[in-house]
Amino acid sequence: MAMTITINGSEAPLPDDPRVSLLDLLREHLQLAGAKKGCNQGACGACTVLVDGKRRILSCLALAVQYQGRSITSIEGLAPDGALHPLQQAFIEHDGFQCGYCTPGQICSAIGMGEELRRGVPSHVTVDLAADAITLTHDELRERMSGNLCRCGAYNGIAAAIAGQHAGEAP
Amino acid sequence: MTPFSYARAADAAEAVRLGAAPQAKYLGGGTNLVDLWRESVEHPAALVDVTGLADTIEERPDGSLLIGAAVTNTALAEHRAVRTRYPLLTRAIVAGATAQIRNMATVGGNLLQRTRCLYFYDHDGARCNKRTPGQGCDALDGFNRNHAVLGASDACVATHPSDMGVALAALDAIVHLQDTHGVRSLPLTGLYRPPQDHPELETQLAPGELITAIELPALPFGAHSTYRKVRDRASYAFALVSVAAALEVQDGVVRDVRLALGGVAHQPWRAWKAEAALRGRAAGDDNFRAAAEAELADARPLRDNAFKIGLAKRTMAAVLGALAAAPQGARA
Repeated sequence: MAMTITINGSEAPLPDDPRVSLLDLLREHLQLAGAKKGCNQGACGACTVLVDGKRRILSCLALAVQYQGRSITSIEGLAPDGALHPLQQAFIEHDGFQCGYCTPGQICSAIGMGEELRRGVPSHVTVDLAADAITLTHDELRERMSGNLCRCGAYNGIAAAIAGQHAGEAP
Repeated sequence: MTPFSYARAADAAEAVRLGAAPQAKYLGGGTNLVDLWRESVEHPAALVDVTGLADTIEERPDGSLLIGAAVTNTALAEHRAVRTRYPLLTRAIVAGATAQIRNMATVGGNLLQRTRCLYFYDHDGARCNKRTPGQGCDALDGFNRNHAVLGASDACVATHPSDMGVALAALDAIVHLQDTHGVRSLPLTGLYRPPQDHPELETQLAPGELITAIELPALPFGAHSTYRKVRDRASYAFALVSVAAALEVQDGVVRDVRLALGGVAHQPWRAWKAEAALRGRAAGDDNFRAAAEAELADARPLRDNAFKIGLAKRTMAAVLGALAAAPQGARA
C-alpha cells in the first residue's frame, strides 16, 4: 500500500526519501509555493501550515513521512479557488503585508492561534492560568504570533487584521 | 546531508528494538534533530519515530502525574492539572520557543535537545569538544555571553536550553526509561552528566535507551509557584537566566521550597544549596538574597558572561520575594 498524505483535501503520495521535509513536499513535489522557505530552521514561521485543519506547525522542521495519513492545510487550501478566506480579506483591508512573503505563514498561524484560544491554551503573557477563557488582548496577540516574523515590519496591519477578524469583524 | 532510514514505532517495545540499531536516533517533533542533521552536527543512520507512543497525561490516585514522553509541549502546558497544581511548569513551557514549535516538540525530546552554543552548531568553522570529541572548544575564548557559569569544565561551557526542564528539575520529576534489557527510572536531576572531560556524553542514558514517560510527584504547595525567564527580547529567545520556584511559607517562615535555574549550566540546575539555606528561615528579602549568594558561590565567569551571576542572584531573590508576598495559593 502506497503511503499517502492529504494536502488541502486531496491525497498525495509521500516521497520515497524520508529526508524530504513537509515544506519541500509542498513546494517542490506538489508545486504549492504558498508556504515559504524563509530560514529553513524554525526561526521565521514563513512555512507555517495546519495539521488536521487546526494545529499550526513549521513545515520546514517536519519530515513529510511523519505526517503519513494526516491532513495538511496550506494557504492554498483555506478557501475554494477564486475565493478568499475571511482572514485573507482582512489582511488586504488592514494592509497586513508589504512584500507578502511572510503572509501565508502569518495567516495559517493566526488560524491555528484562533483554535488555541478556543481551547484556552495559555501563553507567556496570560495572567490567570486557571481561567477557562482567554481574552485576545494586544499583548496576547503579539506574544502568540511571535513565531512569525515580518521583515517589512507590517506588524501593525497584521495585528489589526487578526484582531479584527477574531472579534468577528465583517470581512 | 547523510541518508537515513525511517520507521514509525507502534509501541515502546518496537521502538527500543529499532533503536538498538547502530546510529539509530529517536525522533520526536524533530524541531531540534532535523535542524542538527541539516547542519551536519547529527548523523543518524536510522530515525525511529516515537511520536506515536504514549501521549497521555495520567492523574494517579497518589496525586502524581504520569506524562507520556510523546505528549507535546502544548498539551502539557494546557492540561488543567498542570495549570492549577504545577503552574511553574505551564509558565516554563509557554516561555519557551513559539506556538508552532511547542505544537510539534515532545516532552521526551525537550529533555534531550542539544545546546544552542553557536560553536557546537558551526560544523565547518569552529572547534567543539561536544560535537567532535578532543577537538577543543572555541567558546572558551570566544563569544561566550550565553554560556555557563555553573558546573562547566575546561572542555565545555555550553548551557542546556530547556525551559520546561528547569521546572521539572524543581519538581523532582522522575524520568522513566526503557531499552531491550528492561525498564528503569532516574531522577531528572540525575539524568545529565557534568561535562568534565567528555562533554559529548550528555546524559546517563545507555545507547538505545528511550525516555517513555515523566513522572511528577505530588507537591502540596506546587500551586504556589512560578517561572521567570530573563532574555534579550520579550518573546522567542533562549534564557540568559531563568528561575523556577515553588514556596511554602507558614507564619512567616519558609516551611519548604523548590528552586531551579536555567541558562546557567549544562543541565537544568537544581538549587539545592539555596533550598537548604531557606528551609526553616524567615521568609524575607535578606534570607532570599543570602540563599541566592550560597547557590552562586561556586560560579565561575567567562569573559562575557559574568553578568549572569548577579542576574541569577537578583532573579532568584525577586521571584522568592514575589511568591512570599502573594497569599499562599494565589498567583505570584
